[in-house]
Amino acid sequence: MSTVEQNLTDLPLDAALREAIVAVTRECETPRAAGIDALKLVQKRFGFVSDRHLAELAELLGMTPAELDGVATFYNLIFRRPVGRHVILLCDSVACWMMGGTAARLQLRERLGIEPGQTTADGLFTLLPIVCLGCCDHAPAMMIDDDLHGDLDAARLDAILGHHGWRR
Amino acid sequence: MTNFIVDGRVLTAKAGENLLQACLGAGLDLPYFCWHPALGSVGACRQCAVRQYDGVEDTTGRLVMACMTPIAEGARFSITDPATAAFRAGIIEWLMVNHPHDCPVCEEGGECHLQDMTVMTGHAYRRYRFTKRTHRNQDLGPFIKHEMNRCIACYRCVRFYRDYAGGRDLDVFGSHDHVYFGRHDDGTLESEFSGNLVEVCPTGVFTDKPFSAHYARKWDMRGAPSICAHCGVGCNTIANERAGQLRRVVNRYSNAVNGHFLCDRGRFGYGFVNASERVRVATVRGTDGERVEVEREAAVARFAEMLRGAAMVVGIGSPRASLESNFALRTLVGAAHFYPGVGAREAALLRLVADSLASGAVHVASLREAEHADAVLLLGSDLPNAAPRAALAVRQTVRAAGAAMAASARIPAWHDLAVRNFAGETRSPLFIATPAATRLDDIAQGPLRAAPVDIARLGFAVAARIDPTAPAVADLAPELDALAAAIAQALLAAERPLVVSGVEAGEESVIRAAVNVAVALRGQGRNVGLMLNVPECNSLGLALMAEADDRSLETALAARAALVITLETDIGRCVPGARLDAALAGARLVVLDHSEGATTRRAELVLPAASFAEASGTLVNAEGRAQRFYPPIVTAGEGREAWRWLAAAGRAAGRTNFSGWDTEDNVLAEIARTVPRFAAVPDVAPPEGFRIKGLRIASEPHRFSGRTAMDAAHDIREPKPPVSADSPFSATMEGYQGKPPPALLPLLRAPGWNSNQSLHRFQAEIEGPLTGGDPGVRLLEVRDGAAPDWHTAIPEAFAPREDMWHAVMLPRVFGDEEQSARAAPIRARMTPAAIALNAADAARLGAAAGRVIACEIDGEIVLLPLEIRAELPRGVAGVSGLAAMAYALPSWIRIAAASEVAL
Amino acid sequence: MTDRPLTRYIQPGHEPLDIDGYERAGGYRAMRQAIAMGPEAIIEAVGRAKLRGRGGAGFPTGRKWEGVPKSGAAPQRRYLIVNADEMEPGSFKDRLLLEAAPHLMIEGVIIGAFAAQAEIAYIFVRGEYVLAIRRLVRAVAEAAAHGYLGNDILGSGFSLTIHVHGSGGRYICGEASALFSALEGHRAVPRSRPPRSTTSGLWGRPSLVNNVETLCCVPSIVERGADWFLGLSRSATEGGTKLYGVSGRVKRPGLWELPVGTPLIEILEEHAGGMREGYEWRAAMPGGASTAFIMPENFDVAMDFDSVGKAGSWLGTGNIMVLDQKRCPVGMLHNIEQFFARESCGWCTPCRDGLPWVERILAAIEAGEGEPADLDLLAHHTELLGPGGTFCDLAPGAMAPLRSGLKFFRAEFEQHISERCCPWHDTAEGWA
Ligand SMILES: Cc1cc2nc3c(=O)[nH]c(=O)nc-3n(C[C@H](O)[C@H](O)[C@H](O)COP(=O)(O)O)c2cc1C
Ligand code: SF4
Ligand code: FES
Repeated sequence: MSTVEQNLTDLPLDAALREAIVAVTRECETPRAAGIDALKLVQKRFGFVSDRHLAELAELLGMTPAELDGVATFYNLIFRRPVGRHVILLCDSVACWMMGGTAARLQLRERLGIEPGQTTADGLFTLLPIVCLGCCDHAPAMMIDDDLHGDLDAARLDAILGHHGWRR
Repeated sequence: MTNFIVDGRVLTAKAGENLLQACLGAGLDLPYFCWHPALGSVGACRQCAVRQYDGVEDTTGRLVMACMTPIAEGARFSITDPATAAFRAGIIEWLMVNHPHDCPVCEEGGECHLQDMTVMTGHAYRRYRFTKRTHRNQDLGPFIKHEMNRCIACYRCVRFYRDYAGGRDLDVFGSHDHVYFGRHDDGTLESEFSGNLVEVCPTGVFTDKPFSAHYARKWDMRGAPSICAHCGVGCNTIANERAGQLRRVVNRYSNAVNGHFLCDRGRFGYGFVNASERVRVATVRGTDGERVEVEREAAVARFAEMLRGAAMVVGIGSPRASLESNFALRTLVGAAHFYPGVGAREAALLRLVADSLASGAVHVASLREAEHADAVLLLGSDLPNAAPRAALAVRQTVRAAGAAMAASARIPAWHDLAVRNFAGETRSPLFIATPAATRLDDIAQGPLRAAPVDIARLGFAVAARIDPTAPAVADLAPELDALAAAIAQALLAAERPLVVSGVEAGEESVIRAAVNVAVALRGQGRNVGLMLNVPECNSLGLALMAEADDRSLETALAARAALVITLETDIGRCVPGARLDAALAGARLVVLDHSEGATTRRAELVLPAASFAEASGTLVNAEGRAQRFYPPIVTAGEGREAWRWLAAAGRAAGRTNFSGWDTEDNVLAEIARTVPRFAAVPDVAPPEGFRIKGLRIASEPHRFSGRTAMDAAHDIREPKPPVSADSPFSATMEGYQGKPPPALLPLLRAPGWNSNQSLHRFQAEIEGPLTGGDPGVRLLEVRDGAAPDWHTAIPEAFAPREDMWHAVMLPRVFGDEEQSARAAPIRARMTPAAIALNAADAARLGAAAGRVIACEIDGEIVLLPLEIRAELPRGVAGVSGLAAMAYALPSWIRIAAASEVAL
Repeated sequence: MTDRPLTRYIQPGHEPLDIDGYERAGGYRAMRQAIAMGPEAIIEAVGRAKLRGRGGAGFPTGRKWEGVPKSGAAPQRRYLIVNADEMEPGSFKDRLLLEAAPHLMIEGVIIGAFAAQAEIAYIFVRGEYVLAIRRLVRAVAEAAAHGYLGNDILGSGFSLTIHVHGSGGRYICGEASALFSALEGHRAVPRSRPPRSTTSGLWGRPSLVNNVETLCCVPSIVERGADWFLGLSRSATEGGTKLYGVSGRVKRPGLWELPVGTPLIEILEEHAGGMREGYEWRAAMPGGASTAFIMPENFDVAMDFDSVGKAGSWLGTGNIMVLDQKRCPVGMLHNIEQFFARESCGWCTPCRDGLPWVERILAAIEAGEGEPADLDLLAHHTELLGPGGTFCDLAPGAMAPLRSGLKFFRAEFEQHISERCCPWHDTAEGWA
């Protein structure tokens, strides 16, 4: 992760983002119910939810940092640590396991030098395991950012990585 | 009553009980973790599994969790069924997967609920052969140690801390087998009830940090039933001793008073007992001004000589000394010369409280009754800071409406999360009117921030709305009038309304208004309770003992006596030094106290009065409940109950009225004879001659091994065990080890139940009184036809002034109470003294937060840093942490931003 | 066309129909009919149609709907919640419906909400279904613009708001009561019943939770009637069609709408095209990772809840995973238990601490470090983690495949332990 990005997460949430969060809470029956949506908004902007942002968000929602973090750490799509520019969610559930999910993981390790849970040194990719993506008929599957990719094989995987800036 | 069958035995359950409660109540051994009698059931741990059979034909049955199972008439269950027993053993085995094998170094060891349950289920051999998960621990501040690896994820900590006590900085993080219970980041736990985590946690995750510094096993400590000395609530405690040191204080269940929980001031405030500034021997000031140690006889002789030689003797009693000692001083100096050791303002407030409660006009609510109220008006009192345990009871009241809703949907009261989910945001009304924010505001309906007189006016208006014959408030602001109407309506609509105020409100008019509201409700036939808080553990006892006149510390000092005797009261802490010098000029001073302070430093004769930990005595709490405490420390030293010194001196001075003052029973009998209000005090606890099967009650558990071990490094001979004087207790493990009368409960354990969860073995019913009834005797009961006249002195509305501020005292939970403020962990939680204004007023003063402010209070100049508290009413200044000036508040003060000095 | 009520609006390879296209194709007719029928008639029809919940539990939908308090009884807010959390490994049917027929979903929600007299509906979609969420949000806006959502829908006096919520991600969110916790902004921990969610659900109010596919069946029941719907099925105890899916090394993995009760073998052979060259089936899981293995000798089982139940498994989501002879059953079970252990919410002891142990034993066996006693230990867990022992059905679901695996693949387990390695080890690491 570059220092520029790192510093961003030390800055207060800007007015537009705060406004968007408040708008979400207004949609919800209680401010707390907006928690996940609000965390996602912050994450969308900064890649992850820093301690500082968590605390600010908690205040917007009328919660304590402990209360919001108790929620944030429960769910696996909320990242509480920095992630790379692209987050690879690689399905490690059973249908993909049967269809070469392990090969995909090994190839990612070979290409990117990271294990699930790690970020590449250049901050480009974070690899995370994910439960079944509902793409079993096109297993093995993974998501990068918001895009789902099925029917992975060695060539397709490389092509997808290349598309996201990976160079051999 | 419902009949049900467990393994062929017919048992009975109370209506509304779940199966776990009923089984425990019947004395059966059924393990559990996540259930807690005060927190209800959530069914998480799965430890309390039993088999339920549907009808007589059913031989297979099905697994149910006892804590989640209501009992129908004739229902059949089995605990012993082998498959079910195997399931329970399996639960322990799973809990043990990650639990470390650190019992030998774990401070929970020996009183660990997990140990007990492990033995109970029979799990003995480890089959799990993989690595255990480990966690990082947090620094949670001066009270609590954190060792997360021991966690069995029963969720009791968060359920107590958050759901029950309203704390918001402890939570559960993560998921699956990586759940973590702690704070979001390292730091002191904010709640003033954090200490209860030690007792609520069934294992050693949260342990008592101060205790840890001088740790001993539960089975190696002597215990004594004690009463908390740190506020007027009178929580029942067990005080534990080893090797002459007070090691810790834990909760002692009382159904009427504290239930299962203490506040942190009470739990961690005992440090003064072991402190170096203790007065342990008698000293006399020599001509050179130095104090020298004297033998007991010489001290008594000196005291007697001083008594004989003085033209006029004044005795200053103490709101933190026992009835016995106060009464002894009163007897020594004569009622006409006996004064309470409290400032004039507090004395007047206490007298008002005592008279109101003793009038019999309204029912004085116990804490348990308060907890079950369904509408509350809190007038003027910052209860969470003044009497935290009482505030915890008030916190529970808002659940009444939700519980009633749930009951109508046939959701049983013990089904905790279901009740909470169903109730949602539904809350019974809690109205709070105080000058500054309180830690109950989160559950209150639009708390009112106002100056004390306006709070009083609101209260008077509420009373007038409830009963038109009560005096009305002229020119009440429309919004206050509307609020008064809403409050009156809510209180009238309630089945069990509660009115709360206290001395900390600072204004008599506020208390009068509260009394009017309660009286009005009673007049309307409502089942109302009144709770008026008092500051010290025997404030009410002292006030009830005094004759009704305007005595106080000031009048005592103004009497210009030749000899002043102070009893367990550091008058130098309450009266500015110069004034005290002037008042005491020419007087001789005898001080009886347990710790050095401003007063001992002036005294000619200082006598070591025992602290609560070395003495027995009787205290009267704010409920008017007289309760007895007993000493866990049985010393051979000089420290003894103050009344013994006073009686000895009286006898030596030739006073005949001290004949027979040789045992506590005799003193109590004398009190009962002399003060009609205290006629019942001899019944507070069994007499000192009480024996079971000819035995005194053992104050050490069977396994006590200390006597041999304590000195072994120096001397292998076993020391002679100490003997406790006039006491139903033996000072050792010899004696009766069974279930004593409730007032005499020195330790909690039962076969198979070494932890405090053994409580159910001592209760008549779960969450009910102890077997034999709750300890203590209520002295003040409501009387029919005892309605007093209305209080009619309604103050003028508050008008801010241009050049002065109305200063009110903002109590602090840690630091204001004298004795606990000597304990290091409490000191670590103290906030510095400060003056608070709202932002507009601060701007008017031209000062920002942190700026030093010069305050002129009662002619003294005090420098205090400024705090901004947005909620304070205009013209009102909140002063905190100024014990020495408390006597002068509330009052109008002058303040100015001091020049740029940093404090 | 009409024998495919679930997929009739779906054109493979095309964007989903927008509201106009959907209406032209016959959409939102059922909604108008439903409003004319009134709640009770709808519930009655759904009951007679013998629709069973497609979320996996198979609870009769009509019976569930009858449990909602009558609207006059207690005039408090009620909720309808669509369970679109689809995270059961091996299941991918709801994604198709959400992505390709969002208006069918919404029409189902409107009818269901009307039947329950619920003014607020939530569609709880797993967070990874980004496309589905996007399309649902757009469809909701279109429906609102057409007056099918909002106040006084079509002059009926009935009002409805639909919220689309993207989950923070956790399998347990799909458990209906945990879903309430999640929607309320809490940790998604399940709640104990009683009280039932129709008494106290979301925010303590009466709530109805249904699966995506369940609700997508409803418009056609309303439109064509219960008898027609029953007639679609090849099963006597259950009506309608079902999205059956197949994954694994079959020739044509995929998803098909077929009559309920279509035999497993027919799905595998006729629709999935049988096994790829060089592969044979060893076993199948009929409805996701929490269903027990069915062995080839039982492949003639009719795919409905009762029949699969009698065959020792459960229909679950009806999305079949085929285990071939080159993949290791122990490895497969290890993968499955790893999933369940990781997805335990951490509330109850057996699941939180039992499943990770199971997972580690399986990992050890798979790695050749198993011990003979491990099999008893696994069996012990399958017994203790059964229904009633745990707080919710996650852990019992996790034990279903393991229990059957221990029964059917005992020899393979023992082989791992005695040979101290996995006989099929290498194949799992290669591309399929
Ligand atoms: C652990 C667990 C996960 C579940 N996940 C889902 C899910 O993702 N989608 C779903 O529809 N039902 C899921 N269910 C079933 C739901 O609890 C519930 O039965 C269902 O949503 C009801 O809808 P139906 O009656 O229409 O099937 C799950 C159940 C459990 C115990
Ligand atoms: S079985 Fe227990 S721990 Fe597991 S998901 Fe359900 S409630 Fe949570
Ligand atoms: S005590 Fe019953 S499940 Fe925990």
